[in-house]
Amino acid sequence: MKNPYRFACVLALIAAGCTTMSDQDVSDKAVAVMKTSFNERGQAKLDRLDQDEAQKLCSIPPSAVLPKEVAARIEEINLATVKYPADGKLLGNWRDGERVAQSGIGMQYSDDPKVPAGANCYACHQLTQEEISFGTIGPSLYNFGKIRGNSEAIQRYAYGKIYNPQAYTACSNMPRFGHKQILTEQQIKDVTALLMDPNSPVNK
Amino acid sequence: MKVQLHKAVGGVLAACAALAAFPVGVTAQSAVDEIAKYRQQLQDGNPAELWEARGEDLWKQKRGPKSVSLERCDLGKGAGVVKGAYAELPKYFSDADRVMDLETRLVHCMVTQQGFTTADATKRTFGAGSNRSDIEALTAWITSESKGVRMNVALNHAKEKEAYRLGEKIFYFRGGSHDFACATCHSETGKRIRLQDLPNLTEKAGAQLAYTTWPAYRVSQGELRTFQWRLNDCFRQQRFPELQFGSEASVALTSFLAFNANGAPFNAPAIKR
Repeated sequence: MKNPYRFACVLALIAAGCTTMSDQDVSDKAVAVMKTSFNERGQAKLDRLDQDEAQKLCSIPPSAVLPKEVAARIEEINLATVKYPADGKLLGNWRDGERVAQSGIGMQYSDDPKVPAGANCYACHQLTQEEISFGTIGPSLYNFGKIRGNSEAIQRYAYGKIYNPQAYTACSNMPRFGHKQILTEQQIKDVTALLMDPNSPVNK
Repeated sequence: MKVQLHKAVGGVLAACAALAAFPVGVTAQSAVDEIAKYRQQLQDGNPAELWEARGEDLWKQKRGPKSVSLERCDLGKGAGVVKGAYAELPKYFSDADRVMDLETRLVHCMVTQQGFTTADATKRTFGAGSNRSDIEALTAWITSESKGVRMNVALNHAKEKEAYRLGEKIFYFRGGSHDFACATCHSETGKRIRLQDLPNLTEKAGAQLAYTTWPAYRVSQGELRTFQWRLNDCFRQQRFPELQFGSEASVALTSFLAFNANGAPFNAPAIKR
């Protein structure tokens, strides 16, 4: 080294300039910090912290506007995951659907993995009129089928929306019940029936 | 058999009578209002005081292999200064070269001053009945010494600024089986989950209301719960793995939320449902 003092000066200048991390650097560091701040417990393994493309792109404030192409891409990727029942029947039993809608357990490390998960619909939505303990994070689903009619197209939309809400709304707050294997096919049919069946209390 | 039948019928009749007493035409909003009244009534006679009393004793007691009290522990306002300390946390501590919230700072003092191992100091972070947590009790007392003091978290040191920015990013981190982030429930005003109102933690009013009322005696838990507990339990419900006590993510999130709450008088230990 020709002049050690000159090298030290250069280093000091670089250090002084590097006081603020770029937004991307902070994002990358946040992901790294998340990975070292959790322990696996029960059924919740560390792979729960691995983000897929939608999760990465959707880790933004509600005020942030996703470019149209990015939103479209997320919806395209997620629409491709939707699997409709092989027997073509999209409506199950609305009484069982109401039980699934009321249950808030499943997938937590405090939950028994052998017990079926619920969808916890009432956490975020109004559904029947009878149930007044409902949340407002999502829109009211009261009269869902009555308003939209019972066509096959609407049935496919309702089923698909429960299976993977991001097929229709990129970055939706709603969990992807089918794609992430939270609910079984039968459970999704039952919740679809809760929304669509003319005899369901949702449509009374 | 006949006696059992009478008892069963009696039970059903009693239940019907109780239901009949419930006003007709109850709406979701009126239920929310009634619950708010119930919460107001809870404020009188807070069991948190039991934790505060035990915490004050633990602070002054000579404990650990070095048989020393915590009265020389520096919570950021000088060794042994407890009054107003919580309102300025988290902050950067040069002796540990990291940003610390109250709970990580307590563990630091228990280890460096009292000689506990980290494992012993964090053996029981959240109490369960007779299995009591010393950290919870200490937190209850230390936070009570900031009651009425305006939240005043500074972001001066580079690591304090970084902790805030990391906390903000983590707040929006979507993951797990349900794609939940903190933001899923806490980034819009006027929402609720079932009948539980959700504070918008990204805005001053919501952050102030939420942050200044932890720790709290949580009636449904029968325990005093701290902010580290609150974060831990949120992540459990988000279907994430378990948040490590005092982890960098927990301190970063606390920095983000505490700073957002600046200006409001601290009002804990409180009592919650």
